[in-house]
Amino acid sequence: MTPLPPKDTPTRIPGRRTAGWEVVALGLAVVWPFVASPYGAGLVTEVFIFAIAAMSLDLLMGYGGLVSFGHAAFFGAGAYATVLLTMKLGWSAWAGLGAGLAVSGLVAGVIGYLCVRMAGVAFFMLTLAFAQLLFSAAMKWRWLTGGSDGIGGMARPSLLGLPLADSRTMYFVGLVAFVLSLMALRRVINSPFGHALVGLRENEARMRALGYPASRVKLAAFVIAGVFAGLGGGLYAIYNGFVSPDALTFGLSGTFLLMVVLGGAGSLMGPAIGAGIFLLMKQFVSAHTDHWLLIVGLIFIACVMFFRGGVHGLIERLRTGGRA
Amino acid sequence: MSEATPLLRLEHVNKAFGSLVVTRDVSLDLAAGQRHVIIGPNGAGKTSLINQIGGQLQPDSGRILLDGRDVTRLPPEARAQRGLARTFQKNTLFQRLSTFENVRLGVQARFGSIFDLASRALGRDDINDRAQDILARLRLNHLADKRVSSLSYGDQRQLEVAVALAGDPRILLLDEPTSGLSPAETGQLVDLVRTLPAELGVLMIEHDMEVVFSLADRVTVLYYGEVLASGLPDDVAGNERVREVYLGASI
Amino acid sequence: MDLFISQTLNGLVYGALLFLLASGLSLIFGLMGVVNLAHGSFFMLGAFVGLSVAKATGSFWLAMLLAPLPVAAIALAMEVFFLRPLYKREKLDQVLLTFGFSFVFTDLVESFWGKDTFSISEPPSLEDSIEFLGGFFPSYRLAMLGFGLLAALILWLIIDRTRAGAMVRAGVDDSATAMGIGLNVPLLLTTTFTCGAALAGLAGVIAGPILGVYSGVDVEVLIPAFIVIVVGGMGSLKGAFVGSIVIGMADTFGKAYLPETAMFLTYVAMILILLARPGGLFGKV
Repeated sequence: MTPLPPKDTPTRIPGRRTAGWEVVALGLAVVWPFVASPYGAGLVTEVFIFAIAAMSLDLLMGYGGLVSFGHAAFFGAGAYATVLLTMKLGWSAWAGLGAGLAVSGLVAGVIGYLCVRMAGVAFFMLTLAFAQLLFSAAMKWRWLTGGSDGIGGMARPSLLGLPLADSRTMYFVGLVAFVLSLMALRRVINSPFGHALVGLRENEARMRALGYPASRVKLAAFVIAGVFAGLGGGLYAIYNGFVSPDALTFGLSGTFLLMVVLGGAGSLMGPAIGAGIFLLMKQFVSAHTDHWLLIVGLIFIACVMFFRGGVHGLIERLRTGGRA
Repeated sequence: MSEATPLLRLEHVNKAFGSLVVTRDVSLDLAAGQRHVIIGPNGAGKTSLINQIGGQLQPDSGRILLDGRDVTRLPPEARAQRGLARTFQKNTLFQRLSTFENVRLGVQARFGSIFDLASRALGRDDINDRAQDILARLRLNHLADKRVSSLSYGDQRQLEVAVALAGDPRILLLDEPTSGLSPAETGQLVDLVRTLPAELGVLMIEHDMEVVFSLADRVTVLYYGEVLASGLPDDVAGNERVREVYLGASI
Repeated sequence: MDLFISQTLNGLVYGALLFLLASGLSLIFGLMGVVNLAHGSFFMLGAFVGLSVAKATGSFWLAMLLAPLPVAAIALAMEVFFLRPLYKREKLDQVLLTFGFSFVFTDLVESFWGKDTFSISEPPSLEDSIEFLGGFFPSYRLAMLGFGLLAALILWLIIDRTRAGAMVRAGVDDSATAMGIGLNVPLLLTTTFTCGAALAGLAGVIAGPILGVYSGVDVEVLIPAFIVIVVGGMGSLKGAFVGSIVIGMADTFGKAYLPETAMFLTYVAMILILLARPGGLFGKV
């Protein structure tokens, strides 16, 4: 999963502390909305939102070795819960978002409970199947979800008196959410729980013989990942003022996976960068050709075949002077 | 045998895979401080027995008791939390992690809080110190920062024991700890077992007769899943049937 | 009662269709340890090629005969040039690779045929209904059931009675040992992968008149096929067969009697089976 370091040094668990370049990047991110057009600010806002979801998938995939092929389920659950509670029950968007986190955590708990019992392959087939189930439900229950049209018309709320309708405010909400998510996920990875998760990835039989309740640890990781994916989904709904079954598709689950693979699993920042590369590329490619899916597929194939560590792996290789 | 409840007790344990019986009506006790060695020819069902005690394998019938409490249906992790530790016949380590982290995970399992999401795992001095102590005791401390996959086979074999000891168990199951070791390394491992805490109950599978008779205070012979003989080492060595089916064949 | 019988038939028909897809998926998994996420794409490609052949020649039968060929060719190339170099890597890499291909195939299909829903017309000889058990049944559906059972029979005969089948069984049990006793495992994998793809392509044509032909049908059939093999037990042909019927029935009856919650019914069936037998009905565990 993670790129292998020189032979005798142990796998450094990446993404454990703040690097110098991250501080520089944060500085640039703060300046960006003041130099960029609202369009440019919006694009990076989307990057922040998707990066949160991609990092949450990385917690499962890169650290826990639990590959979820249905991560859109949690993103979509958060998005739908936020919009439905706001539009149908008249809650404030923030209350809706908060409840959305609970809903996506709950969905992850239920799906996770059923999936973690299954070893390996059956595990990810089930994650995919359950995501598809939510997609079908969103398509079918028109009375609730508006079917394939989705539900729109949600106005962006204000925060501390600042309206998110302003692209800069929205941008900073995205940035803060991203930075807080990164810090929180790092904390989890550094915690005894995070170490246990990595141990399970490496050798489940030994972990159980040592006294670690494997299923419960995995389930907890699932719920945590679900909540952060739901945060991404809820923010996306607020950003767009709209949700549709697109937030639950097989394609979106694939997008999250690609962001992780592209950025390098097991590094948190890697998948966040992967999200950035993906969205910028999509912006560029979509303007020139209709064959976006083809490009996604080809990048996927190329990453898996030749570029397995992703961007993070490449940086590590350069950092260690090609010994990796 | 003392009257006190044994640390570990097996009562009429049976296990079969289809028509292949691997454990047949096995009963045995392990008391605190005992060094109990299980011997038997290949295919006698020794590892299957250890796996049933460890919880990796479910018996078909019979009971397994830890401190008099039935753990037959409990998963491995629950047994470990009750003070049972084991090593594996084939090294079962965290190959890509450091030697230190391998032991530290073992310590954390019983002395840390597994579901603690917020504190720093490496910030617990008591856990780090304990892991360092164990590495020092097993003379592995100079390898603490090495990746396990880069360790020699012999060192990995020692680390198996170190990881099992990390959680300060009361019962230690050793599945052929000396398999594949050179005579010198075997000697080291025997010394290691000698210096284990006195009150620890050790149940060990071993092939090397020299090792068996230098360590054991009780020997059980398994033959086709069945207990052929069990008792003091000298008594077992003198047992006619044992000499016939086992010692006779190997000597 | 009439509805009950006709739904039973429909359930069996859908089950037969699922079996064509799930059997290949399950054998590929058994041999390679890889779940082919592009397996639904093979179904979709077969359907689209079949559509074009049927339009060009006016013959459904010719479509059935020809459509699996290009699908098999694509699968062959994919296995030899992309999957094979990854044999020694983690299984996940191969799965991710097939995932990437599923996007490529979707794009391919959309650029050639667009995003509309098409339908292959049934062969004229099977347009009628047959009176049967006091009801009228469309003969095409009966024929589909026949195809499915025939395919199951042929597959079973191949796997159970031929030398090639014995090799597949040995490989499913333990590919390292199979390699050790001198079987040409790479050839075996390539053949199984290609034949599984052809079977999926054939299923696409056969399902064309009923399910329709559209981009997105790949995921639509892949998910139930997954559920079938999870329920039946990974790598087991018998499991794929029984699982197909169970899921085909659950889905069909759900849609007939509980339309609002039908989509949940297959999942409920799956969850119940897994809670009772985590390895599936015929799984090893």
